[in-house]
Amino acid sequence: MTYQFNFDVIFRSFDKMLAGLWLGLWLAALSLAIGTVIGLLAAYGRQSRLAPLRAVVWTYVEIIRNCPILLLIFFVYFGLPELGIFFLGKIESFVITLSIYAGAYLCEVFRAGLASMPARYVEAAKAIGLRPVQRQVHVVLPVMFRITLPALSNNLISLFKDTSLAAAIAIPELTFVTRQINANTFRVMESWLTASALYLVTCYAIAWLLRRVERRYAVIR
Amino acid sequence: MAQPLLRAIDVHKRFGATEVLKGIDLEVQQGEVVAIIGASGSGKTTFLRCINLLEEFHQGEIQVDGERIGYTEGTHRRLGETAISAQRAKIGMVFQSYNLFPHMTAEQNVTLGLIKVQKRPKAEAVETARRWLDRVGLSERRGHYPYQLSGGQQQRVAIARAVAMEPKLVLFDEVTSALDPELVAEVLAVMQDLAKSGMTMLVVSHEMLFVREVATRVVFMEGGRIAEQGPPDALLVNPKSERLATFLGRFHGVFR
Repeated sequence: MTYQFNFDVIFRSFDKMLAGLWLGLWLAALSLAIGTVIGLLAAYGRQSRLAPLRAVVWTYVEIIRNCPILLLIFFVYFGLPELGIFFLGKIESFVITLSIYAGAYLCEVFRAGLASMPARYVEAAKAIGLRPVQRQVHVVLPVMFRITLPALSNNLISLFKDTSLAAAIAIPELTFVTRQINANTFRVMESWLTASALYLVTCYAIAWLLRRVERRYAVIR
Repeated sequence: MAQPLLRAIDVHKRFGATEVLKGIDLEVQQGEVVAIIGASGSGKTTFLRCINLLEEFHQGEIQVDGERIGYTEGTHRRLGETAISAQRAKIGMVFQSYNLFPHMTAEQNVTLGLIKVQKRPKAEAVETARRWLDRVGLSERRGHYPYQLSGGQQQRVAIARAVAMEPKLVLFDEVTSALDPELVAEVLAVMQDLAKSGMTMLVVSHEMLFVREVATRVVFMEGGRIAEQGPPDALLVNPKSERLATFLGRFHGVFR
């Protein structure tokens, strides 16, 4: 091996990488939040008595789950403006795409969560006289979130890794910043090794944190 | 006699083609403790669940405190969910498998209905909950989650949850059947205490000693009908029908 490692140039730009990492975390968190709302509405839609509503939700979920996400990102960012739909900017465009993407996966998570909800909790809620909406708000949703927490954690980590795709539309998150550093310094190994380490440590930290949350909120044991 | 607290008139219920309730007529007076006994599949639990509309019934009428439950007069159309919820709030129910809300502490399980259904101020709800948890012997456990409690403790919380709402009638659906034998007594003791305080109770149970000691009347169900009823001593010791005698024979040694 003749390659000489030299991390100095990387560390000079380290603050930029951290800023990129931070942006990626924000993109993931925001998309998870919006995606959760979409996923919940979709999950209830899948349960609806109205067949057309069920069909709409089914179509949405299947289209999103069977298209590569990069294609969706390009479609929203480059395609929609052609139709006269202009977004505020790249970040908004990306967050919307990732939210819609997350919503489809979370719809399935929540659908499974609602389906696995033991009937006895709902019966107890009925028996004390809670109205239908109150039963959902105070009993079904809190229990369902706790049941689905492990799946939600996986989705958050997945989404965080997917934020690297934002590099494709020049959003300055970690992957994009790393590519720039690489281009400016020609330190290929150092750039990508550092970025990989940052992704790995961050994902591992998220997983560790969420496992603690899961343990704290595990209610059915 | 005063107007009965519970009146069931010719209640019929089908599951598909199978008729599980074939015309139940029953009146329960204020302060009575009525035990329903019978083999599994005789319709005891189903009848109990019809009273607070966890099951629909297809014919007949149920009144609680003079109010027709669940359906419109004449056409037997189901009332709206809000109206039904309001009716359920006046009837307490305790389940075989406790059904505590798993994400709430014992105290929160009790206060939920007081706050959200009865719209009581939080401080008052908490005070009521503590009083009832104390009464069922669990004041030390009010901050515990269901998974941190034994079956008997969970069931006592469930009883507190039901009675804290001051229902006119409390339904007990085989509340000791899921418990380990050594935990049965603590739950029965709480129920006996409630019975003594004058609470109107309808109890589906296989605990014959408890039934004999606490019930004011025993109803024997068989094949979706009420086959026999009367005071516990008369009914349990000297059953009139062959079928009841056979049924009681399974609790051999308890009465003779």
